[in-house]
Amino acid sequence: MSETVTPARAAKGGTQPSALPAAREAQVLDEHIVEVISDSGEGAQRCGQSLGAIAARTGNGIWTTEIIPAEIQPPARSVAGASGIRIRIGSKRVTNGGDETDLVVAFNEQVLIGRVKAGELKPDAQILLEGMWREHRDPKVVASYVETVESLKAAGYRVYECAFEKECRALVSDPRKGKNMFVLGVLCSVYSFDRKLGREQVALTFGKKESKIVEVNQGLFDAGYAWAERELDFRFRIPAVRSTEAQIVVNGNTALALGVLASGMDICAMYPITPATSASHYLSDVFEKVGGLVHQAEDEIAACAFAIGASYAGKCAVTITSGPGYSLKQEGIGLAVMAEIPLVVVNVQRGGPSTGQPTKVEQGDLLTAIYGSHGDAPKVVMAVSDIEDCFYAMITARKIAEAFNTVVVVLSDASLATAQQPFPRPVFDPEWLAPPVDQTPVPKGAKPYDWDPVTGIARRFLPGQPGGMHTVTGLAHDRASKVAYDPEINEEGLRHRSLKLAALQKTLKTPPVFGDPEGDLLVVGWGSTKGVIEEAVGRLRDEGLRVSSLHLRFIQPLPSGIGEILRRFGRVMTVEGNWADRQDDELVDADNRRYSALAMMLRSRYLVDVDCWSQSRGQPIKPSAVVEVLRAKLSGK
Amino acid sequence: MTMPVNQYLMKLHEVHRPLEDYQGGVPRWCSGCGDNAILTAVQRLCRDEDLAPERTVFVSGIGCSSRFPHYMKTYGFHGIHGRAFPIAQGVKMARPDLAVFVNTGDGDCCSIGAAHWIHAIRYNMNLTAILHDNQVYGLTKKQASPTSPIGTKSNTTPRGSYLEALNPLTVTLGVTNVSFVAQAVDWMPEVLYDIIRAAYLHRGFSFVRILQRCPEWLPKMFEPWLQDPGRTLLLTHRNGLAVSPELARTYRNQIEHDPLDLDRAREIASATDPIPVGILYHNPSVPCYEDIRHAGQMRTAEQIRAGLEGEFDKVTVWPQDDAATRAPA
Repeated sequence: MSETVTPARAAKGGTQPSALPAAREAQVLDEHIVEVISDSGEGAQRCGQSLGAIAARTGNGIWTTEIIPAEIQPPARSVAGASGIRIRIGSKRVTNGGDETDLVVAFNEQVLIGRVKAGELKPDAQILLEGMWREHRDPKVVASYVETVESLKAAGYRVYECAFEKECRALVSDPRKGKNMFVLGVLCSVYSFDRKLGREQVALTFGKKESKIVEVNQGLFDAGYAWAERELDFRFRIPAVRSTEAQIVVNGNTALALGVLASGMDICAMYPITPATSASHYLSDVFEKVGGLVHQAEDEIAACAFAIGASYAGKCAVTITSGPGYSLKQEGIGLAVMAEIPLVVVNVQRGGPSTGQPTKVEQGDLLTAIYGSHGDAPKVVMAVSDIEDCFYAMITARKIAEAFNTVVVVLSDASLATAQQPFPRPVFDPEWLAPPVDQTPVPKGAKPYDWDPVTGIARRFLPGQPGGMHTVTGLAHDRASKVAYDPEINEEGLRHRSLKLAALQKTLKTPPVFGDPEGDLLVVGWGSTKGVIEEAVGRLRDEGLRVSSLHLRFIQPLPSGIGEILRRFGRVMTVEGNWADRQDDELVDADNRRYSALAMMLRSRYLVDVDCWSQSRGQPIKPSAVVEVLRAKLSGK
Repeated sequence: MTMPVNQYLMKLHEVHRPLEDYQGGVPRWCSGCGDNAILTAVQRLCRDEDLAPERTVFVSGIGCSSRFPHYMKTYGFHGIHGRAFPIAQGVKMARPDLAVFVNTGDGDCCSIGAAHWIHAIRYNMNLTAILHDNQVYGLTKKQASPTSPIGTKSNTTPRGSYLEALNPLTVTLGVTNVSFVAQAVDWMPEVLYDIIRAAYLHRGFSFVRILQRCPEWLPKMFEPWLQDPGRTLLLTHRNGLAVSPELARTYRNQIEHDPLDLDRAREIASATDPIPVGILYHNPSVPCYEDIRHAGQMRTAEQIRAGLEGEFDKVTVWPQDDAATRAPA
């Protein structure tokens, strides 16, 4: 940012009302990142989501990222208790959370500290900080507040002490509950959004509640808007291109749940686990209205087994989980592979191993998804790369599972789970839906595993089909599903189950290269890092550097044509959100270096010297970090 | 016996299948294995109740008992160790029109699958669960199971098992929503059949524990009970088991027990010698989970479309020009 800022009246006056409105010429920006952070329960997320919706309706691109504490009721005014939301607002489509934050609204100084320490704020970020703590009756609170404000100022942050609480108290008895809408009004003014649109959004946000509640919150919004007009000396405008089509704004988990609905699947079996559960929450609310069902099982194993039972007897079912739950489902997944029962398993990845970081992002489960379950258990693994993909991937996954009678694993992650990004409102297509359960008689002599010699696919017989009676089993079996210990038959089963992946692979398109089809460096990624990688590559390409990227949606099987793409570049590397050994560690060398998951896959399949760079900090990777890495790589390091 | 004409006409349309229509091959259990008796009783039940083989599913876990579905000529699902219950629940939830049975062993049900067992009772889905309890792990070659009596010598307890046996009856009777609990023994085929039939006819989760001989690993385990009919306590009641005069002559140790009396059922279940045989508990009024969840609804594409559009409407950002007119108030 290049503007010179005169300290706001609010900053100087503290909680004093000002006499004159400051001159506020809107500074025009390409994009801006704002975050609202508070103690848990103060409504920062609702404020931010509403702001995002206003920006989206204005025509701005947005990406919202939630800041979620690990505990439900963390102590108030604590560093670890920071709860909030971060919104990147752009004049064009926004594909990721971006770099550091430009503007922060914080309800107390403690919740700020963690964000600062984590390096989440730009060095000269503006901070609108609730100022009431300066006059708190507990001298320790005052001391902590004063000390923090001073150190923030000393570090170069532009701190504006604001009397949000006091202003709200004039309107509501419990400002803690209303401050968020006041701040929404403030931010609406700061970003020059249409005030009327903002008021409408408040009505939508509280749409389910009685009209009095809507009115009170609109009053708070208006007061915040007026306060900012009066007290702040800065204002931004991010030019927007009005969208000509309807868009929906949901987070990744809601998009997954909507995708389950749209796929025509009937049954979702799950067990509560962070960060996957919100998908099932949403599904629990909507699924039954259209005859679907969410079964909360007694554990992850039961959830998987229940889904397998439901799939076996009817339409393909889905089970949704995260890392530890995925580990528990592995035996069931192997059974579905062996018995050739369609099944969709969603793994919303979180930090691992073990309990790891439940609310934080990581891409650590790729290899367990591909190779997990004992023996040779070929299954399809897809990774979603943005919010829209979360929706359509479920439809695709269901279709593949039923077409190939196998398991399809869909990998999402904690960052997509709660991130919001608008995408075109899907237009319903009856083709999305699963066909009705086949109950026609089975032709005489047909066998339940009549594997096609080319594709490995066999027609499945469902209970209710006369003449199709057989017992499916996890034991090695022949075409009639009879248990077989014969060496030939064992290999016949293995061969045909494996062939199905080859058959699917033949139908997959080569993923498009972002940038030129050849060059000095190719970056390969998968999952939620797509927007980040492409933004970083775009920035470097604008500088004239010969770098491109490739993003994989299908990882097992890998589509054709990837090897050729890799070979057209001087160097190839992956950027991933998982662990890879750091090469500067003393004992790490070429013989023992553990690569990131995708890099390992690509090296083994294509015999190309694929390097990797990864981060497992529990935070989405920032484009600026990727830019630095790629620049270093391009300069030959 | 006379029959009204209309009933007689209806009977004419019924298909009567011979026993062979349910027999899916020669069982590979050891000779003298109690599983054979259970198989025979179940096949008879299918014939007598005229179950359509294509609408009947036997789900099992892992172990000797769990080979059961392979020997039926119905649909079957030989699953993984301990997970027969949740698989069967999924089947029933997706297809409440199917008759679903579960075959499980004492290791499968009471050890590795114990969590599912507890919850299966609580879900009370309309499943007929048969616990083949031979008090030993058979397929893995003789290890103590949770139901092995204390002191049982096995490959993992060469000096005798250390713990008192778990009692599957008291466990089952202690769980919320229990609706049907019975105990049978493989060596009383008539009673075994009657109990399995009552279990099948009960709408809800019917749990039948069958004490079953394992001639290979514990050949003498049930010898005292076979030798002395006095060590078997027959539970009779007009709402429970009716014992034939022939059987009553041998098994004189009988009590009348009302299967609706849960407290008394728990008392009876606690006794291990004499072994209670009969219906301990039967309460037809416990709701089934699949009914509560409205399983088996027909869904049309139109319903799904309408549901989706309704959800999209809640989160749609219309182009601004339209916002005023299209956004819900």
